[in-house]
Amino acid sequence: MGRIVLNRDRCKACYLCVDACPKKVLGADNQVNALGYYPVKADKPEECIGCAMCARVCPDIAIEKVYK
Amino acid sequence: MEQLVYKKPDSIKDDFKISFCPGCDHGTAVKLVAEVLDELGVREKTIGIASVGCSVFSYDFFNVDIVEAPHGRSMAAATGVKRSKPDKIVFTYQGDGDLASIGLAETIHAMTRGEKVTAICINNTTYGMTGGQAGPTTLIGQVTTTTTSGRKAELSGYPLKISEILKEVDGTAYVARVTLDSPAAIMNAKKCIKKAFEAQIKGLGTGFIEILSTCPTNWKMTPQEAHARVRGEMSEVFKPGVYKDKVSEAL
Repeated sequence: MGRIVLNRDRCKACYLCVDACPKKVLGADNQVNALGYYPVKADKPEECIGCAMCARVCPDIAIEKVYK
Repeated sequence: MEQLVYKKPDSIKDDFKISFCPGCDHGTAVKLVAEVLDELGVREKTIGIASVGCSVFSYDFFNVDIVEAPHGRSMAAATGVKRSKPDKIVFTYQGDGDLASIGLAETIHAMTRGEKVTAICINNTTYGMTGGQAGPTTLIGQVTTTTTSGRKAELSGYPLKISEILKEVDGTAYVARVTLDSPAAIMNAKKCIKKAFEAQIKGLGTGFIEILSTCPTNWKMTPQEAHARVRGEMSEVFKPGVYKDKVSEAL
């Protein structure tokens, strides 16, 4: 099982990570962040495999760490 | 026991502020350059050259010393830095309007001299920072704020193919065009960027990377649609691939 460390206040809601995740772990949060966007959120964190694809495609380095 | 498989590169400042629009590939490109600097272990002796354009705020996120060059003159500034401090690793981070339009003379001449620097060029077919005007790489038929009915070849010429031009320049040691539209493409881009830095480290000549990037704001697309455009019409005109590789030959 994997785990991501997300800095939700850096996310600009491009959702490229949502598309990149092979397990469809990520989705949109319904609370806005400091920048005024609806950031991503791990909807199904238990399914994360720690492949770090979300972190690699994130242009804003909002996903700061990935553990496996 | 949890194992760390990915972390923010050390070559990105801890209090960094990515100033790009949502979904812009610039952020990914910056991150890849930082990851390569980390992997090569050269962060402490690297000097970056920021250019004018969206890349102007490079000093806000790169955790290396940065010189701000006048518009288009990044390769000239890089030449000065590298020649006065030959033991440093020098790279420029430029857009296509900066490198291929106003700075084309500086770029070609610095590469003709085979300056031992690395140039990263973000090609997004438009002038992003100033509001989406037509640039040297704007595709035929592309609508921008200065080509409102689409770029016409008879009026404003053809898109400039930077990598194809620079591979013919004798001083370049590594020339590649990459995309960032999928995780696989991003991994490949990172490999190419690493080689462009190795070209400099091994003293073979200039390393050049052209990154086909998105500009969702000015293209008026979602980040996902913008990546589809990179895969589609942009890759048809600007064919991704390694155009010159003296680095592998030298091994």
